[in-house]
Amino acid sequence: MKPAPFEYVRIDHPDELSALLTEHGPEAAVLAGGQSLMPILNLRLRRPRVLLDLSRCRALHDLTPTSGGLQIGAAVTQATVLSWPRLAHQVPLLALALPHVGNPQIRSRGTLCGSLAHAHPQAELPLCLAALDGEIVLRSQRGERRIAAADFFIAAQKTACRPDEYIAQAHIPCQSIDEGSAFLEVAVRVTGQAQVACAAIAGPHRLRLAVLAGQATPQVHDYPLLPEADLRDQLDIIARSLALSCASADDDAYRRQLVVSLGLNALKQAQRARDRRAAVDAQIMEHRR
Amino acid sequence: MSERASRFGPSAGTRVEDAALLCGRGQFADDLGCKPGTLHAAILRSSHAHARLRGVDVSAAERAVGVRAVLTADDVTRWSRPLLAALRVPVLQPVLAKDAVHYVGEPLAVVLAENRYLAEDALEAIRVEYEPLPPVLDIAQALTLDGPRAHADLAQNIVSDRSYCYGDPDAALAAASHRVRLQIAYPRNTATPLECGVVVAEHFPDGNGGHGAYEVMSNFTGPMSLHAVMAMALQVPESHLRLRFPRDVGGSFGTKQSLFSAIVLLCLAARKAGAPVKWVEDRREHMTAATSATARRSHIEAAVQDDGRIAALSFDQIDDVGAYLRAPEPATFYRMHGCLTGAYAIQHLRVRNRVVLTNKTPTGLVRGFGGPQVYFALERLVQRIAVQLGLDPLDVYRRNFIAKDAFPYRAAAGALIDSGDYAATLAVALQAADITALRDRQRQARSEGRLYGIGFAAVVEPSISNMGYVTAALTAEQRAHAGPKQGALAAATVQIDPLGGITVGIDSMPAGQGHRTVCAQRVAAVFGLAPGDIVVNSELDTQKDAWSIAAGNYSCRFAGAVAGAVQIAAQRLRDRVAQHCADLLGCAPQDVVFAAGSLHARGQPEHILPLARVLSGPHWAPALSTEAGPPPLRETVFFTPETLHAPSSDDRVNASATYGFVFDLCALEIDRTTGRVYIDRYVTAHDAGRLLHPALADGQVRGGFAQALGAALSEELRYDGQGRFASQTLSDYLLPTCLDVPAPIIVHTQTPSPFTPLGAKGIGEGNSMSTPVCIANAVADALSSLPQSEHCQDLRLPLTPATVLALVAGGQGQAATGTVAVQTGKIR
Ligand SMILES: Cc1cc2nc3c(=O)[nH]c(=O)nc-3n(C[C@H](O)[C@H](O)[C@H](O)COP(=O)(O)OP(=O)(O)OC[C@H]3O[C@@H](n4cnc5c(N)ncnc54)[C@H](O)[C@@H]3O)c2cc1C
Repeated sequence: MKPAPFEYVRIDHPDELSALLTEHGPEAAVLAGGQSLMPILNLRLRRPRVLLDLSRCRALHDLTPTSGGLQIGAAVTQATVLSWPRLAHQVPLLALALPHVGNPQIRSRGTLCGSLAHAHPQAELPLCLAALDGEIVLRSQRGERRIAAADFFIAAQKTACRPDEYIAQAHIPCQSIDEGSAFLEVAVRVTGQAQVACAAIAGPHRLRLAVLAGQATPQVHDYPLLPEADLRDQLDIIARSLALSCASADDDAYRRQLVVSLGLNALKQAQRARDRRAAVDAQIMEHRR
Repeated sequence: MSERASRFGPSAGTRVEDAALLCGRGQFADDLGCKPGTLHAAILRSSHAHARLRGVDVSAAERAVGVRAVLTADDVTRWSRPLLAALRVPVLQPVLAKDAVHYVGEPLAVVLAENRYLAEDALEAIRVEYEPLPPVLDIAQALTLDGPRAHADLAQNIVSDRSYCYGDPDAALAAASHRVRLQIAYPRNTATPLECGVVVAEHFPDGNGGHGAYEVMSNFTGPMSLHAVMAMALQVPESHLRLRFPRDVGGSFGTKQSLFSAIVLLCLAARKAGAPVKWVEDRREHMTAATSATARRSHIEAAVQDDGRIAALSFDQIDDVGAYLRAPEPATFYRMHGCLTGAYAIQHLRVRNRVVLTNKTPTGLVRGFGGPQVYFALERLVQRIAVQLGLDPLDVYRRNFIAKDAFPYRAAAGALIDSGDYAATLAVALQAADITALRDRQRQARSEGRLYGIGFAAVVEPSISNMGYVTAALTAEQRAHAGPKQGALAAATVQIDPLGGITVGIDSMPAGQGHRTVCAQRVAAVFGLAPGDIVVNSELDTQKDAWSIAAGNYSCRFAGAVAGAVQIAAQRLRDRVAQHCADLLGCAPQDVVFAAGSLHARGQPEHILPLARVLSGPHWAPALSTEAGPPPLRETVFFTPETLHAPSSDDRVNASATYGFVFDLCALEIDRTTGRVYIDRYVTAHDAGRLLHPALADGQVRGGFAQALGAALSEELRYDGQGRFASQTLSDYLLPTCLDVPAPIIVHTQTPSPFTPLGAKGIGEGNSMSTPVCIANAVADALSSLPQSEHCQDLRLPLTPATVLALVAGGQGQAATGTVAVQTGKIR
């Protein structure tokens, strides 16, 4: 379990990264937290000739609140995002989902952008980005382009990021104050890889459910406010549409069953959270009057 | 005293091992310096489960950067013999595959290079041409008459088939008012130490009178009977295979037994390279190719009376030992053979044991060795008896337990169960669990439609293995021909240095259990010193230290046998010192008192002699002490329990010297939505005889519980339909993390063993045996409130959420695929 030979470059400036990516293209790999890439190298599943380590590039370390949301630089770790004091207020879904990503050791090195770039079908963060209508900024010597989550994730571990590009930052819109969120996940272990995860957002007039259940890319479904029975029908449709993996029939059946029950629970929890938030707001208004 | 105070107070004592370990100053095999010029080995392993080898071309690898040599099957054939097996079998294991490969991970060649990176680079340059053959992937397939063979030239996959009969089981079964049957399957799993294997080997061409000798440093943890197997494979006298064992080992749980074939391989690699070589097993190699617990299929049947008394048992067991019957297999069967009737007084027993070869990794020691497989059948059966007869399982236990006044108790198949009070231990467990409150909680939960279950398991935990037990697999005539094998020698040395310091040497090859702490305490108590005054060296050097075939770290031989040998050695040396100094104190030797670093005559505490001065005396003036015998400077003791005889002519075998007892209780709830199992309360009650160090004992229980929880809920070594191995990393082989493991409530009773010097028994393997089946019984109980619960009683480990949810669906009378109607075939 030793990697094939590679050259290592520590990136100090973003321009350097763009230049080297242009020079080496598919022969290069960006190294962020290394929590996915290093095992892949050790197993010799990939053999990049050059590793471009962006983790110490200061310019990529910014976590910046913008008018409509949160801008997260390529080198920002998942732990940093999770410990941002206003996270639970501004993007509650992310605050609920991040604790499911690995464990504290992993999050203290793994980056949010790295997880998006990796685009593993069982990862929570791509699911959240999709549920939140987030965007990704891809940068190269040709310039920058901003791309919506829905267009970014193309297939399992395949994204719109071209060989000469890297993710400079992710944009995550703030959630509206009248929304409630829920994130539910089932794994064999408490901190293990998700078998099924559901991210739900309940607004005053609509419901949204993003589902991770073995599909290649995150799936987002929008519904009007429906009674439970109708929601269940909708979820049954999702369950039926899940592609069967060849891994095991039991697993497929399990994921189908869970999509329905977990999805329903997530939607219910999100609505309760929305109603609680509304009740608290009402109390505050009362108080102020 | 509060629990906290007793657990951490001075009576428990901190471990002498811990300061270095916690500060990163442990001396593990990979930390020890190597000679300059040592080469690093990487092993090419088979990617096929079963294939003929058309060619292995290493020429490009030999020319690769940094490569000094490549060891091939031809070298191995020239310089060694295959590894001997415990039984006569048609195929012996070579350390490198030659004409065919028989499991994924089987070694094919070894590259020796300047570093491991270059060695792994060169592995990719080796060309192997495989001609795939059909693999044998499970027990059912292995038994089919016209199916594939694990080795192309085998007449059949069964390599051992033995039947045994004790008492009159047929009559008891025929006369029984109830017959309860169960079929179980136990999966392949393992114990996953933090540290993997390490071997550093060197060949000395001039040694052994010019025939060559080998020296090895490895964290191989015994049993040292395998040292003979290694020496015979290398074709050197045992004295010319010097093996050294490092100071710290990061866990073994039996699995490091499997390193003996790697040791032979690396010795040959060192010979080929003409330089010392070092190999550090990586996690993927460990998971793929080190070892596994045997997979088992059993049919078990009991003849039961109306009150739940079991009159007779019948076992039909089949073990999958993988591609080769690697020593000491089929020990998984025979370690448990004498006590197959468990904690119960059952005099009629029928057993059939079959061993099959498959195209999977060879099996071997894994914590609990043999116990998890036996008890998964036996204790599931006890639960089924209670359900089928409408009895409280606790009554079934109480009515069948060996009575407290029956010890030492000779079990049907020959175990001499030394001591115990099983009903009392059960009572302690129930009290700790507050069983009445738990049953109320269960009623309440069930009335709300929740799935809440309580399960139990009673386990007899053998320790200190009889070196002759595996010969129970032979017929009496074969045994007579081979000569008797029995006993379990444990060696310990206590010696005094020229300033009166005391050093202790042991042969228990510890892997983190704290043996040095316990030995220091024992010896200190004998000499009236503090444990910190005693140095305990647990390294082992086969050319310099006292050891025998039983040496090693397995079968919990430390507390009962090795600590006992240390105690005897210390006492003998103290008694000899007393002989020598009795005159000085003007008293009889038995009246010399050793206390607080000095000596005095009984009743005269004011007249003292400093201990160090007395102890050191014979070094400086040996002539002064010759009258009272040779100078008391060193004492080595070989202790073997007297009760370990060779198997009798009627196949009864006392496979272990002591038998502890464990009674477990698990209360859990199944989440109906996810199938996840939530443990509400887990009580584990142990009787391990006299506890030498309560905190270390509890540590063994906690660790064993965590591993057993993994075996119960998430761990399995899996293969796909082609025999490719699917659990190569720890993201595929799901160990429980600390967040997954609840804290068990641990309670103890202590009935000292009459057969060990300190009355101690083993405690490290009990939970590996009791916990998986206890959790399964609790799951079965939780499912029993479903309308069609008889449809969901075939519990297979691991009980993953998906497995459990499918069981719930079955119990609800649905197809096990759940609420969504799933059509077979393609879904749009
Ligand atoms: C024990 C363990 C448990 C884990 N559990 C989970 C879990 O439960 N859920 C989960 O989602 N993940 C989990 N992970 C993965 C973890 O979250 C990773 O950190 C994450 O997937 C990748 O982030 P990274 O910064 O480590 O990226 P790296 O490993 O450095 O890179 C991953 C990939 O993304 C590319 N890349 C990284 N940054 C960029 C960039 N800015 N632009 C373009 N390409 C880039 C790399 O080239 C590489 O291909 C786990 C990892 C481990 C080791």
